[in-house]
Amino acid sequence: MKPARFAYQRAATTEHVLEALHRSGGEARVIAGGQSLVPMLNMRLARPALLVDIMHVAALSHVDDDGARLIIGAGVRQRDLEMRHDTAARQPLLAMALPWLGHVQTRSRGTVCGSIAHADPSAELPLVLTALRGEVHLRSRRRARRLPAEAFFTGMMVTARAEDELIEAVSVPAVRPGTGYAFREISRRHGDFAIAAFAAVADEKELRLAIGGVAETPKARVLPTDQGLDDALDTFAWNLEARDDLHASARYRRELVRRIGREVVLAAIRDREARALKEAT
Amino acid sequence: MSRQAPAVLDAGQRHPVRFTLNGRKAGGEAEPRMLLHDFLRHVLGATGTHVGCEHGICGACTVQIDGAPARACLTLAVQADGAEIRTVEGLALAPDRLSALQEAFRAHHGLQCGFCTPGILMSLDALLRERPDCGEAEIRETLSGHLCRCTGYTPIVKAALAAAEALRVPHHA
Amino acid sequence: MTLDVHAQTVGEGGWVGISIPRVEDAALLAGRGRFIDDLGMPPGTLHAAILRSPHAHATIESIRTDAARAMPGVAAILTGTELRALTTSLVVGVKAPVECWPMAIDRVRYVGEPVAVAVATDRYLAEDALDAIEVSYAPLPAVVAPLDALRDGAPLLHEGFPGNIASDRSFSYGDPDGAFASAPHRIGVDVDYPRNACTPIETYGVVAEYDPALDAYDVLANFQGPFSIHAVIARALRVPGNRLRLRTPPDSGGSFGVKQGIFPYIVLIAVAARLAGRPVKWIEDRMEHLAGAVSATNRVTRLQAAVAEDGRILALDWDQIEDCGAHLRAPEPATLYRMHGNMTGAYAIRNLRIRNRVVVTNKLPTGLNRGFGGPQIYFPLERLISRIAATLGLDPLAVVRRNLVPADAFPYRTATGALLDSGDYRAALDVALRDGDHESLLARRAAARVEGRLYGIGYAAVVEPSVSNMGYITTVLTAAERRRAGPKNGAQATATITLDPVGSVSVHVASVPQGQGHRTVLSQVVADVFGLRPSDIRVVTELDTAKDAWSIASGNYASRFAPAVAGAAQIAATRLRERLARIAAAQLNARADELVFSAGKVFSPGNPGNAIPFTRLAATGHWAPATLPEEVEQSLRETVFWTPPQLDAPNDADEVNSSLCHGFIFDFCGVEVDRDTGEIRLDRYVTMHDCGRILHPGMVAGQITGGFAHALGAALLEEQSYAPDGSLLTGTLADYLIPTAREVPEPVILHYETPSPFTPLGAKGVGEGNTMSTPVCIANAVADALGLADIRLPLLPSRLSEALHGAEPQPPHHEARPPQATQGERTLFGRGRASVDATPEQLWAMLLDPALLARVVPGADNVRRESDTRFRAEVTLGIGPVRGRYRAEIALSDLDPPRAVTLSGSVDGALGFGRGRGRLRLVPVGQARTELTYDYEAAVGGKIASIGGRLLDGAARVVIGQFFESLAVQASGRRPSLWRRLLRLFRRRA
Repeated sequence: MKPARFAYQRAATTEHVLEALHRSGGEARVIAGGQSLVPMLNMRLARPALLVDIMHVAALSHVDDDGARLIIGAGVRQRDLEMRHDTAARQPLLAMALPWLGHVQTRSRGTVCGSIAHADPSAELPLVLTALRGEVHLRSRRRARRLPAEAFFTGMMVTARAEDELIEAVSVPAVRPGTGYAFREISRRHGDFAIAAFAAVADEKELRLAIGGVAETPKARVLPTDQGLDDALDTFAWNLEARDDLHASARYRRELVRRIGREVVLAAIRDREARALKEAT
Repeated sequence: MSRQAPAVLDAGQRHPVRFTLNGRKAGGEAEPRMLLHDFLRHVLGATGTHVGCEHGICGACTVQIDGAPARACLTLAVQADGAEIRTVEGLALAPDRLSALQEAFRAHHGLQCGFCTPGILMSLDALLRERPDCGEAEIRETLSGHLCRCTGYTPIVKAALAAAEALRVPHHA
Repeated sequence: MTLDVHAQTVGEGGWVGISIPRVEDAALLAGRGRFIDDLGMPPGTLHAAILRSPHAHATIESIRTDAARAMPGVAAILTGTELRALTTSLVVGVKAPVECWPMAIDRVRYVGEPVAVAVATDRYLAEDALDAIEVSYAPLPAVVAPLDALRDGAPLLHEGFPGNIASDRSFSYGDPDGAFASAPHRIGVDVDYPRNACTPIETYGVVAEYDPALDAYDVLANFQGPFSIHAVIARALRVPGNRLRLRTPPDSGGSFGVKQGIFPYIVLIAVAARLAGRPVKWIEDRMEHLAGAVSATNRVTRLQAAVAEDGRILALDWDQIEDCGAHLRAPEPATLYRMHGNMTGAYAIRNLRIRNRVVVTNKLPTGLNRGFGGPQIYFPLERLISRIAATLGLDPLAVVRRNLVPADAFPYRTATGALLDSGDYRAALDVALRDGDHESLLARRAAARVEGRLYGIGYAAVVEPSVSNMGYITTVLTAAERRRAGPKNGAQATATITLDPVGSVSVHVASVPQGQGHRTVLSQVVADVFGLRPSDIRVVTELDTAKDAWSIASGNYASRFAPAVAGAAQIAATRLRERLARIAAAQLNARADELVFSAGKVFSPGNPGNAIPFTRLAATGHWAPATLPEEVEQSLRETVFWTPPQLDAPNDADEVNSSLCHGFIFDFCGVEVDRDTGEIRLDRYVTMHDCGRILHPGMVAGQITGGFAHALGAALLEEQSYAPDGSLLTGTLADYLIPTAREVPEPVILHYETPSPFTPLGAKGVGEGNTMSTPVCIANAVADALGLADIRLPLLPSRLSEALHGAEPQPPHHEARPPQATQGERTLFGRGRASVDATPEQLWAMLLDPALLARVVPGADNVRRESDTRFRAEVTLGIGPVRGRYRAEIALSDLDPPRAVTLSGSVDGALGFGRGRGRLRLVPVGQARTELTYDYEAAVGGKIASIGGRLLDGAARVVIGQFFESLAVQASGRRPSLWRRLLRLFRRRA
């Protein structure tokens, strides 16, 4: 299990990265933490001609908080975000999900944006980004654009990123008063990819549930809070077109959507009430 | 910051890689595709870091990169250029004097074949440094990034708890 | 803290029996272990990589290696042709005209079977060379499930195994017919025991060298024994045993039986070294290990019991169908016969019928794995006990008690011939219930059930055999065949004690440990004999067949170390001590038999002041041999060969004492099942062991916790899965799930010691028992929690969904129920339609035009027209970061111009293969439009199937989608607005 040959460039600026992507004609790939890419290199599933290392680009290595959003740069490691003192306060759902990503030994190297770029449908961060209506900030020499999560993830490990585009950052809305959050994941073992993962956001306007691990991309629905919830979850469960695999049947996944989906939205509502109480005092 | 694009390290060519290994300067040459564990073991001769799966699951190759436990098999040697690497060879206080963590593994039979052990020690060493007050749940959480087929983990957990205790009360040990 | 083991004080009864720190640990903890990949290699050593079959069953039409041979750094490429020229087939354990090669010759029979070996100056270059080898396969239908293999018309793996049956033997003991005829109840279970593998964290490693001058091979491998396999390897390499020097490294990273299965690779790498003319090293990687190392057997069993009203079992009827995978590799079908003496478990049952069939299927060949045959027996047997209790309304414990072998019956000869050496099973069970607080578990279950929670209790009682009789495997032969072949029996253990010129003691054994701490235990055993400290004893356990004492039974398997090897060392040390005592007696004017060896001195108990230092006495044989008493020939070295007399060859009635020692285990546990998720939480697990005399409590505990973790994996997580087409689905550790520290709780371990009368130290094996008792104990508890009669391992929450949640309601009327694929099914079905701005005639012309086809087939270039209806192309396909180059063939058939055509396509490449056919129909709509409808069926497999089946399915859908998308684009000359919807359709319908 040794990678095929590739060249390597350690970029110092975003421009270097964009230039390399521009010139490579789709044969270059960005390497950040490498925790998703290197296994594919070792298995020779991915065979890029050039790896552009972005971890020494200072401009990409921080989290910006503009009050309304957290903008997480491409070089921010998962563990750094997990360990930031204010992550839980600024975006609770992110803080809830981060400990579920792989293991501490992979979070220490893996980046937030790397997990988004990899677009595994059962990964936690694409789910959180979808649940929060986050955005992916793409930049190439041609243009800069932002795509909502649901437009970014187009299929299993397939995204709307063009080959010359760099994911410069992802952004998620910061915590808003009167909003509750909940996260839960069912996997065979802790640290495995999800059989089904759930992220719910409840505010005064709507109740939104996103589900990962079932369809080819994370999917979100706005659900009713009244007695129509069970029916809506049932429809959602069928909509996701779950498939059987080695670890779980489609039927089991639908059952999780109905049962755990319900639990998670109720948890988000309770969280909202608890936060409201805290805000009031 | 230079406007000049950094050099591309050609595929198929060897390039110098230098870092600090267990507090000492170390260096050699590696193709861009060479994995860090191969560089440590076969270029630098530091064979204490073992290789179990090369896809980031088993944890045998875990080393510390800039203080944090990480998979050497998911790291290219060229990525580690300039970093501070710590491996199992750097844990003992002296050639005939094991660290409190190593000693606890010995006292509690926390190893059998010893193949997964170096990686586990590197993760626990980082945990005990970062979270001296950690309890069993955190220890198991950290250990869940490692596979051990011999011990059933129970003796490892006991060893880690004993080491945490010994480090909190150094003279007690 | 220091490394000093001297700080330990010797116990009353000596060093044996106390948990001293292990002598192995200091080096292992400091990164100074000496595993095979850590050792220096001869200058110029080359590295091998192995190309493996992506197909479960296929004919190899051609292998093109010229491009690979021409690559820089490549020294040799080995294929089946060279292998056949230089070696002989591996021997097969049954009498049948079949061959068993370490690498495919002409035909592959499982995914992962070696097809070619590339040898280059480093591993990276060797893997590059694999990429350049082109193999052309003609796929054959595959058979995966053992019952399917037995069906009429099933694909045949070997001509020499008609009906895929390698062996079919029936046995009868006592009067089973009479017992079944007269019994009031007949109660049975049907079990489909899954495949799993013990997956040591260190993989296989081989370094081989060939000396043409001597026609001799020198091999270093982390092989674990039994060294009967040495004869198999030498025969395959066409050299006498003395021209095969087989050595083992000082450290080995776990084995659990698995490293027995390295031997075909020893042959392969040895031949590669011969071909390359240089030493060759191969370190197996994890994906190779999961696909191509060795697996435990899966087995289909129907077990019936004749049962009395009170739960007493009057007779058993076993029908076992053992699946050994694609080849019957030595020592198979040993998994099926290792337990032959123990088919009644811990119970006194005198009447048995057994039918044993061995089948071959298109899966990885099987071999040694911890528990070896035990899990496959005890799962049915202990499920049966549970079913008898449920059927007759009895307490499962009452059924167990009623049937246990009584304490006054030992040594007890079982109906099938095992001699159970010692035990008091009922007493051990009672102690377990008392000390394991069984009462509180019953209370917890009652309380949980009151709250509506799903809580269950399970039990298992098993006999754990150890020290295998080397003759048990011949039970697969008929008595007449055995007579012709000559008797096979015994279990030779060897140990050598050496005294050097300064009187220090070295021990050498042929035990080949993989982490069990043999060096420590031997230092304890020998220190006690000589009155020394363990740290005074140096123990060497690596083996060199050219220099060391060994026999076919040498090695580390069947839990033989403590009962056999440690005992042999004690005997050797005792013999040497007797000689030293005679020398000392002359000097001390005392009787030899009264001398005391203690604290490094030798003295008469009546005159302890007049003592000789042990070291001086021990050195005498070097410095002053002339002073030795006449009857002491030498006092430098003693080698002992020890084999237990109880291990006879199977007799004409097919009775066999398959193992020397029999430990007893009684387990019980409480589990809770989550009503919503089906997740299983092990609340409490109690395991009681009678493993005879305990030599090192810490290590015994470690063997139990380790075996327990393996068992927990087998119960809850691990299965080596194959799709119906033979694709391997568990090719990485992301899919073959091994328990971690979060999944494995601490078991409560209890002991009840009845020393074995048959072993020198009274010890029995202990390492394998929980793999036999724990899976079924947990399954019994889950069955109790859910009220299930049938239960299959591993206990996936998903599989419990039906029992937990009942039948699923129909989807809401506006939602179509998606097509249901069976578990792991690798065939994709799809259909779709599109509207294209072109006439049917225009579309038709495109399909027959290579230039246009090149634009339609995603990623294609170099499209060549082989005939009007056949095309070949090179295609590059990518999905996400996964990109590969493939050879594609496209054929058109059933042409009905311009209305319909069948398109068949196949792609083959390093990452896998795909084959599909689809019927395309063209219906004109108006003047210049065509309605295009299609349905397809595609099968995809190969390397990527074993890495990410999910990804593969997605990729296939996208590629097929791209094909039709491009067809529409080309036909209409513009990008159709419909294409996105079309793609969506593929995803939905496929």
